[in-house]
Amino acid sequence: MLTFPIYLDNNATTPMDPRVLEAMMPYFTNKFGNAASRNHAFGWHAEEAVDYAREQISSLINCSPKEIIFTSGATESDNLAIKGVFEMYASKGNHIITATTEHKAVLDTCKHIEKIGGKVTYLPVDAEGLIDLKQLEEAITDQTILISIMYANNEVGVIQPIKEISAIAKKHGVLFFTDATQAVGKIPVDVEADGIDLLAFSGHKMYGPKGVGALYVRRKNPRVKVTAQMDGGGHERGMRSGTLNVTGIVGLGKACELAKQEMAADTARISAMRDRLEKELLTIEESYVNGSVEHRLPHVSNISFKYVEGEGLMMGVKDIAVSSGSACTSASLEPSYVLKALGLSDDLAHSSLRFGLSRFTTDEEVDYAIDHVKEAVSKLREMSPLWEMFKEGIDLNSIEWAEH
Amino acid sequence: MAYSDKVIDHYNNPRNVGTLDKAKNNVGTGLVGAPECGDVMRLQIEVDENQIITDAKFKTFGCGSAIASSSLATEWLKGKSVDEALSIDNMDIVEELALPPVKIHCSVLAEDAIKSAINDYRVKNGLPALEMPKSHH
Repeated sequence: MLTFPIYLDNNATTPMDPRVLEAMMPYFTNKFGNAASRNHAFGWHAEEAVDYAREQISSLINCSPKEIIFTSGATESDNLAIKGVFEMYASKGNHIITATTEHKAVLDTCKHIEKIGGKVTYLPVDAEGLIDLKQLEEAITDQTILISIMYANNEVGVIQPIKEISAIAKKHGVLFFTDATQAVGKIPVDVEADGIDLLAFSGHKMYGPKGVGALYVRRKNPRVKVTAQMDGGGHERGMRSGTLNVTGIVGLGKACELAKQEMAADTARISAMRDRLEKELLTIEESYVNGSVEHRLPHVSNISFKYVEGEGLMMGVKDIAVSSGSACTSASLEPSYVLKALGLSDDLAHSSLRFGLSRFTTDEEVDYAIDHVKEAVSKLREMSPLWEMFKEGIDLNSIEWAEH
Repeated sequence: MAYSDKVIDHYNNPRNVGTLDKAKNNVGTGLVGAPECGDVMRLQIEVDENQIITDAKFKTFGCGSAIASSSLATEWLKGKSVDEALSIDNMDIVEELALPPVKIHCSVLAEDAIKSAINDYRVKNGLPALEMPKSHH
């Protein structure tokens, strides 16, 4: 049976798995200790729980439990990685390389770095959303200390060539940080095989709780350190002060354990549903997938329905929670910078919907989405002047549109 | 952002969607906005010999508020004289549809569309074009 609204916005956040909640519950009440209390059982229990979570997490991404720094989420992890490396390695250089399609948590942190005297190169991406490895290597100077390229993109799901990027970084003695918020728990991420030095991720994108995340910081080959961005009790090996969010950490640990156990089966099921959704929606005339379909997360599909505006379309499928690259979803009136970086014209960026499926998505929900998106596109095209012109064979580029 | 009931009603049951014959002398057509901006409105009026608007049609590419603004505009236009139609102000639309501040530009666009359609009608019928206010949205 369907319950409404149907949630297909799992790149924004995922529902928490009930098994994660169950694992967390005791730590809100009975086992409420401070993990830093070394002098009584309350503290010991909390510390044990945190240590166990570190193991669950490190087992998922193939690192040592000691290399996990707990934070409040991916935004904090991104800030800590970039600002922390910039400060720690100031004597070595001041240049960072990133890409135009990164999340705002990385881009705005890089803007901050520029304000305080750093240099940042923003690599463009191709029509598929991938960076050019040759351009990356050419951008490296003797001042470059960090390459910050996301594992997978939040809007289109495109997966960057992580192994190749890390090989280039290693060759030039530059650290490699990746914002893996959309990837961890969804696809295999292995910091050893991938050659990653720092990696950020968060709990709520992988069926865990909000308000908790982690930064992986490599301890060997090379030993990486970041300057703390918050002063205090020196928790997390001095890199992130603040009483540990024990319940959140327990939840993140459990989410990682479940991801490790169920990823293969989840992916097979979810990607089959995503492929079906996409195939059906692409039968709509003048609809296009945005970003690479080959190098892509298994649960994401970003599609533009030409001549229909994204926010208007979302209103037409109000029983389905999705998001759009349309400007109208933001106050700025600027459509998605990610889609524009892929070379989409503004009107196609305005016409996009992002579908993000999850472990909890059902075939029935996908069927409903297919039918209702088709219906809404057709209804809106009936009232779209652009569709009428297109059907009459008028080239929209030949029209002198009013200053707007 | 939640839409007002009136916006939802116009979105679900848009009034006067369609196309009038733009070649006819008594039909005025206004096409405003741009695809790059995410809103394009086409509004048309048909005027009788007494300068009364007997029919109005629209087609809009845009968000729910843009669709509702143009739908409402066609409702208001019908039965008005061309001169009366000129007095429709975007703030009347904002008020009627309870548009939030970020959606005021939709009402501005609707007002522009009305004026632009009237201008097209005037020029076709040998009347001087009215000066169009420069819109900012």
